[in-house]
Amino acid sequence: MAEKVLKGIAASDGIAIAKAYMLVDPDLSFEKTTVSDTDAEIQRLHDAFDASKAELQVIKDKAVENLGAEEAEVFEAHITILSDPEMLGQIEGKIKDDKVNAEEALKEVTDTFISMFEAMTDNAYMQERAGDIRDVTKRVLSHLLGVTLPSPALIDSQVIVVAHDLTPSDTAQLDRKFVKGFITDIGGRTSHSAIMSRTLEIPAVVGSETATADIKAGTTVILDGINGEALVDPTDAEISDYQQKAKDFAAQKAEWEKLRNEATVSKDGKHFELASNIGTPDDMDGVLDAGSEAVGLFRSEFLYMNSPELPDEDTQFEAYKKVVEGMKGKPVIVRTMDIGGDKHLPYLPLPDEMNPFLGYRAIRISLDRDDIFRTQLRALLRASHYGQLRIMFPMIATLDEFRKAKGIFEEEKAKLVAAGTPVADDIKLGIMIEIPAAAILADQFAKEVDFFSIGTNDLIQYSFAADRGNEHVSYLYQPYNPSLLRLIKHVIDAAHANGRIAGMCGEVAGDQVAVPLLMGLGLDEFSMSSTSVLKTRSLMKTIDTTKMAKLADKALNDCVTNEEVKELVEKNVFGK
Amino acid sequence: MEKKEFHVIADTGIHARPATLLVQSASKFNSEITLQYQDKSVNLKSIMGVMSLGVGKDADVTISAEGADEADAIAALADTMKKEGLSE
Repeated sequence: MAEKVLKGIAASDGIAIAKAYMLVDPDLSFEKTTVSDTDAEIQRLHDAFDASKAELQVIKDKAVENLGAEEAEVFEAHITILSDPEMLGQIEGKIKDDKVNAEEALKEVTDTFISMFEAMTDNAYMQERAGDIRDVTKRVLSHLLGVTLPSPALIDSQVIVVAHDLTPSDTAQLDRKFVKGFITDIGGRTSHSAIMSRTLEIPAVVGSETATADIKAGTTVILDGINGEALVDPTDAEISDYQQKAKDFAAQKAEWEKLRNEATVSKDGKHFELASNIGTPDDMDGVLDAGSEAVGLFRSEFLYMNSPELPDEDTQFEAYKKVVEGMKGKPVIVRTMDIGGDKHLPYLPLPDEMNPFLGYRAIRISLDRDDIFRTQLRALLRASHYGQLRIMFPMIATLDEFRKAKGIFEEEKAKLVAAGTPVADDIKLGIMIEIPAAAILADQFAKEVDFFSIGTNDLIQYSFAADRGNEHVSYLYQPYNPSLLRLIKHVIDAAHANGRIAGMCGEVAGDQVAVPLLMGLGLDEFSMSSTSVLKTRSLMKTIDTTKMAKLADKALNDCVTNEEVKELVEKNVFGK
Repeated sequence: MEKKEFHVIADTGIHARPATLLVQSASKFNSEITLQYQDKSVNLKSIMGVMSLGVGKDADVTISAEGADEADAIAALADTMKKEGLSE
């Protein structure tokens, strides 16, 4: 038996067996002491600075090689900070004058710089530099204390990354050549780390609660992203057992891959559009590999999150153009910036809020900061010339918000047309249905909006009043609850009554229990992680929509709970 | 001493990558090099110093160098300012 079996949430399919890499900060605490030999202490400081610089140089070179020059820039900035003669001079002065140890002198001086930069509240860029100084301080401190800081960019053998949580900047540094999977303490199926694992197409287990405590660096781990389990220090028998499972999974995948160039048709011949969710143009390989019929959700906020400052119009234009051209005339739905909630931009400080998910986010920011919004719309308009681009506004609650967004869109379009810039003239404008207020009023929205895309993660969170990141209320993530299904049916019917398309881009769109029901309800477009597309196409081929319409009717009207609906589908569709 | 005045045209001022490159360029010379903005002047070899000035768009700044390689330093820095789109 393995030393321990950890249970968590299956975030991304697949099985990986590799040694654990702990992405966990070591203990960097120290005592303030008095030193008598200040020259020796200053030498110790210089040694730590030199070691830090050398380490950063290696990390930077690796990052350039594995991730590209842009991702590596932050390390160059760190080296420049370490080369700052003024800062080093001040730390030396403290050691000499106050006779304190290097750790204390370093902390006092860098703290002054950090508060100075953090105080520049009118300048988001400078506030972000405070984070850089903090990172650099941590590195020098680790050398003074003789401990090692983990560096995701330095991973150069096959590993399973173990972390409390993975931030966007951590995942940006992960090289999928070496990172075979990851497991985290916190998070759910829709947390950033989980979504990234599906984008990177590596198995992942999130929300294991104790991974960082129960796994030691270098221990062999079997990661089962299909069942949400991790076996720590497994036996040889377990390893060969899972190697077989990994082979079976690969064979199953190969079977699905035969469907790559086939249309998505139900057993009774009804066509559905199967689409991919993406975050950056780099995800296009996955889209093409999966044979997706569209990009149903391009999360444009990743362009903002992966950039050190607001991405300018040309940068955005190039990214949108690349995706639109890559799809060769097939639809690409770009969601305008969805920042706020759990997604932050270091250079765009948002107010501290009691309830960020109910606060200043997505379209609410865009309408308030229309300078940012207009730049994005211009980039989108210019890209529309190169294929079939559609624009979708996130977090719409009222028709007024849609009308305002559309008004700004029309203004920017008119300006570009007047300047002779080629722009497609039939750009469809849609909205995310993720706020119950918009879902309930879908019949009115459908008169003015070209398409709907139901965002189930947020729609569930807002319908059940349950924070999707809070594990204490995770039982309220009820994707099959009849109340949610009725809301979805209302939205689909409202769209169809007005000749509009109803799509879905949340996790539920690729959920094997929900898909048959949604086909029965007449959902037109299903957008999901590229890795789920072929599996779903294979399922859809076996589904008879007339039968499913009846089953959906039962689920909506006879079932009372999430579990009842799940059992109904499992019994009638999967014969369980 | 060599001196040169610049009018900053970059939208973000002397920030981010351009600031880093300017500091790196200054650090290659032995001369004492300073960046002056309004009534404050800082060591141009210090990234923290440069950033703490908060030089924005349309600012008028002066770079001075004093030392054996002062002329070369000013020429190189003027080149960096131009290449990085900080000034014309």
